[in-house]
Amino acid sequence: MNALEITDLYKEFAGVPAVKGLSFAIPEGEIFGLLGPNGAGKSTTINMVAGVVKIGQGQVQAFGYDNQKDYRHTRRLLGVVHQEIVIDNFFTIEQALEIHSGYYGVKDDPAWRNLLIDRLGLRPHLGKIMIKLSGGMKRRFMIAKALIHRPRLLILDEPTAGVDVELRHGLWDFVREMNKKGTTILLTTHYLEEAEQMCDRIGIMHHGEMIALEPTHDLVRKLSNRRLKLWLEEPLAGLPPGLEEYAPSVEHGGTVLVLNLPVGGSAGIMLKHLCRSGLNIRDFETDQSGLEEVFIQLTGMGGGKNGTTA
Amino acid sequence: MVPQPDNRFYAWLPFVTLLRKEILRFRRVSTQTLLAPIVTASLYLFVFGATLGNRLTVLEGFSYAQFVIPGLIIMGVINNSFANTSSSLFMSRYLGGIVDLLVTPVTPPQFIMAYTLAAMLRGLLVGSVVLLISFLFATLPWEYPLLAALMAMIASFLFAQFGLIAAIYAHNFDTLSVYTNFMILPLIYLGGVFYPISILPAPWSSLSYLNPLFYLIDGFRHAIIGVGDTSFAIAFGVSATIAAILFAWAAWLIGKGYRLRS
Repeated sequence: MNALEITDLYKEFAGVPAVKGLSFAIPEGEIFGLLGPNGAGKSTTINMVAGVVKIGQGQVQAFGYDNQKDYRHTRRLLGVVHQEIVIDNFFTIEQALEIHSGYYGVKDDPAWRNLLIDRLGLRPHLGKIMIKLSGGMKRRFMIAKALIHRPRLLILDEPTAGVDVELRHGLWDFVREMNKKGTTILLTTHYLEEAEQMCDRIGIMHHGEMIALEPTHDLVRKLSNRRLKLWLEEPLAGLPPGLEEYAPSVEHGGTVLVLNLPVGGSAGIMLKHLCRSGLNIRDFETDQSGLEEVFIQLTGMGGGKNGTTA
Repeated sequence: MVPQPDNRFYAWLPFVTLLRKEILRFRRVSTQTLLAPIVTASLYLFVFGATLGNRLTVLEGFSYAQFVIPGLIIMGVINNSFANTSSSLFMSRYLGGIVDLLVTPVTPPQFIMAYTLAAMLRGLLVGSVVLLISFLFATLPWEYPLLAALMAMIASFLFAQFGLIAAIYAHNFDTLSVYTNFMILPLIYLGGVFYPISILPAPWSSLSYLNPLFYLIDGFRHAIIGVGDTSFAIAFGVSATIAAILFAWAAWLIGKGYRLRS
């Protein structure tokens, strides 16, 4: 069964389309990453799924239920961690979790509540009202809040934006754990490396449309370049003949030769060409561009490795 | 070991929880939501009850304190019922907390009734304390106490709806304050809290009948002291009709998600 099925979803704001006929499905048990540059329509899509934004056209189904006709049912099945920190300043962590459980028609379960509190490291802050919590603690609370009614699909809209590395790792570990226990995950993240490590499949949105949707490994393999870096015994005087198709370039005064294996190209054939070239190779190194390069390639967005966001 | 999920859904629980949360909210800031209006009303009672109350007469057979106390009680009910829904919902919209509710299975009728009952409770609580304090200044005849309670409930219900509507239409704190300072306050003061409208010269006397708050104030006072500027039936009928219209309006806005869901 699909945890989420989106069909021909369309939304515009003030006449400007934000999501244009989007269709995709997430099978139960998957970790799915929805990526795209700012303004691609990811949050609008997520908010239509969650019920915060009205659907323009199209249909959203969660576990086979329509999220407009059967909204009481579908909303119980979803847990949403919003991009912005949303808290109620008047209450303590425990009070707020109890309240959120009740909003979903689920009786407070102290054992589950305490497990979330402990697992997310909120225990030392139980007595504080929300406004006194640090940004990181508020983020952790947001995850606990989204899980308090035991949703079957957890939606995380950039849950780690602006949080430190340790907390990010902790949160993703917890998300993986929830996934192993059967919770389907839909996430967007600012950090493409995280998406590459976390997600079973990735969809890339651009200008309100899905421009790529594949298993993460396939997407990266299919669209990324693999590079072979060769350290030579003697510096090259010029580019060696017979290797032109690998877009060769030299570095370090001719002592390093870099070859690029084209998308879909055979590594075996490249090695044969290399043997024929007669180069005297001292050492070699291979690398493969990651999701970030794929993302830039697909969306046409430039920027440095650290500057790219999804 | 993660406990097994409890899949039971209690349909009434979202409503009870939202109501409880709204009550907790105003209790958390009770200095502002309960104590401050009670102190203000007490000052009115002191000025009009202890000082001027025995020297003025605006209605034959009643001291001024007896005349003004019902008006002050209903003023407390009105102001606080309005303030509760308007500030709570507007703050939720303004700070973004409303999305926490929008993603839950809380239905529009549960939403509106939870906000309304919490606002009614706060308004009636303030009105009751003002009533208790008023015992220090005058003895009221209490002609029809049940009808007085009914009018107070209609007043709190009506202004809870108005508060919801104002919170939805308000763009910022400034526009929200317009409802309080330029609508409710003048209408209360001109609606006969401090004087019977029959003593006003024409055309002000006739114009006062267009003030919807006049019917709430006059109906409540009528039920307590047994006389009013208009019949109780008319006061009740007009107030109940306005309350029903505002309820329908608020329910339509919330059902549609107007300015709540984009």
